[in-house]
Amino acid sequence: MLETFLQFLFSGITAGAIYALVALGFTLIYNASHVINFAQGEFVMIGGMATVFLADAGWPIWAAAPLAVLLAVAVGVALERLAIAPAREASTVSLIVITIGASILLRGLAQLVWDRNFHTLAPFSGEEPIRVLGASILPQSLWVLGGSLLAVLALGWFFGRTLLGKAVIATAHNRLAAELMGIETRHVMTLCFALSALLGALGGVLITPITLTSYDAGVMLGLKGFSAAILGGMGSATGAVVGGLLLGVVEAMGAGFLSSAYKDAIAFVLILVVLVAVPRGLMGARGAERV
Amino acid sequence: MLGLKNFLAASALLAAGALAFAGAAVAQAPIKLGAVLATQGGPSFLGDPEAKVLKLYVDKMNAEGGIAGRKIELVLYETNGAAADAATFAKRLIAQDNVDFIIGGSTTGETMAMVPEIERAGVPFVSLGGASVIVEPVKKWVFKVPQTDRAAVEKVYIDMKQRAAKKVGLLAGSGGFDKSCTDNARALAKTHGLTVAADETHGAQDTDMTPQWTKIKNAGVDAVLYCGFGASSVVVTKNYAQLGLKIPFYHNHGSASTRWIQGSGAAAEGVRLPAEPVLVARQLPDRDPQKAAGVAFGDAYKAKYNEEPSTFAGYAYDALLLMADAIKRAGGTDKAKVRDALETTKGLVGATGIFTMTAADHSGVDVKSFRMVEVKNGAWRVLY
Repeated sequence: MLETFLQFLFSGITAGAIYALVALGFTLIYNASHVINFAQGEFVMIGGMATVFLADAGWPIWAAAPLAVLLAVAVGVALERLAIAPAREASTVSLIVITIGASILLRGLAQLVWDRNFHTLAPFSGEEPIRVLGASILPQSLWVLGGSLLAVLALGWFFGRTLLGKAVIATAHNRLAAELMGIETRHVMTLCFALSALLGALGGVLITPITLTSYDAGVMLGLKGFSAAILGGMGSATGAVVGGLLLGVVEAMGAGFLSSAYKDAIAFVLILVVLVAVPRGLMGARGAERV
Repeated sequence: MLGLKNFLAASALLAAGALAFAGAAVAQAPIKLGAVLATQGGPSFLGDPEAKVLKLYVDKMNAEGGIAGRKIELVLYETNGAAADAATFAKRLIAQDNVDFIIGGSTTGETMAMVPEIERAGVPFVSLGGASVIVEPVKKWVFKVPQTDRAAVEKVYIDMKQRAAKKVGLLAGSGGFDKSCTDNARALAKTHGLTVAADETHGAQDTDMTPQWTKIKNAGVDAVLYCGFGASSVVVTKNYAQLGLKIPFYHNHGSASTRWIQGSGAAAEGVRLPAEPVLVARQLPDRDPQKAAGVAFGDAYKAKYNEEPSTFAGYAYDALLLMADAIKRAGGTDKAKVRDALETTKGLVGATGIFTMTAADHSGVDVKSFRMVEVKNGAWRVLY
């Protein structure tokens, strides 16, 4: 029984770490602009696909991965400069719709530039599972988990300790006031898209050995990551990780102890219950908005 | 400046030219082949190689003089697997393009959406969809290439019995094919003396299936059949290896691609599945009638696209063969005659199987055309 429970837990942690890593990407752009970037899943896909294709072309992984991440960053910057910045005066909802359009465009481009097959990447430290009390977990899952924790720490440091991070938060709170304080708010948005593309692509590189990747891999990852971010509290980095892990574990336990056919339904019911009880999510900011 | 007079004269000349051209075209009008393939979206792994094969072999046949001296003109519509689009394109092929023959519907869903239009208009139609519902009950104008999912399950069950299995576990994705495959697996278990002891499913893009595997393991089954395809089939296989399971493990013919083996790596070793002969043509004994055709097809495909043909590529090839054979025997493209010729196809050796159609059987291949293969050292090994 313990063995079974542990296996479900490990499965949940594996999936949850992946959701958490994607959820983290939503945090940055949301914090800067209250825009939910629905092309976040596509950043993850670009990171994975570009690494795969560079690796297939003979590049070693330590060179392929950074280059793939750079490509995603370039795409993120281009997206902000070409699509978001010109519509800066539009409402948040319009900007969100633009990101949905961008996600469709990026999927289409990935189909043309690469292909429509699924691809995989060799795990970073072997495929030999680590066994604990009869249950097993893949070393790559620990990489993903480690990546999420590092990202949380980095984000915490960025927003809490650096001037640039504080400028981002100031811009999010009041663009006009931030501009009057001498913050170049235009650059803040570009920076946030670049960083969140970086985070997404890094995640894509880490998770591809487990999940595989294809031009449309971003759709489901984006959706699950978004759910995780909402569950944990949109805008909170710790919340994204807590939400991701919780979502993964609930799915795994639901599939294991109840029914694998309804595991997604079980997870979404949980999200609804949490949102009814705590509308801002588990770790969402509780401070009252000043009107 | 072009005066009105000159303009009229030029128009008249143009019209005369067009008429003359039309006259020449009638003399040896091409055979119009319509195709609706899911080259985009989820089922693109079906439609993409199918479209490649149609393009390759239509060019090839035309270079060799076409069918009975007439060139083939391919009208290809690409979908993302949406049934509604397939129905629209079927309508357009019939009403606008006036095609003589239709190949397509990469999936069962698309095929079934096209069937009403095609039955109404009466155009010979060969589907590339997998499920048995396409030709059961028999529809006058509808034929299909792939073996049914039921035949695949039968082949697996026969092999399981040989390994003395009594309790079988099922694991499946959530797509239409996956469901049809598990339905067949549940229905056929009893007639093969098996009981279904575990019945688990996973979502379309799930990243970890170890909970399902743990439940299957705890149910104490003797063998497991997986119904599904695509990236999930790799994750399922990797999870099987991750848990160190030793239960005999079977995939369906949807996993019969080198992409699945490469993706799964060492985890795929020892997994068995029913495969079309085209996949293992080179390994077949020389006396096997399908060897020569399979090898020739594989070589031509690889020379052009630099990848091994998948099972699905073979479906499109066979659909073309069926068409060419029927048109030759019908002595032209008269739709009713071509349909009758299709129905009397006999002993046609294709990549998928040897086709013999009858008024009661519009599929033409059965469980016998499957080979049971096992993954050994990263490649297929034919068992029997």
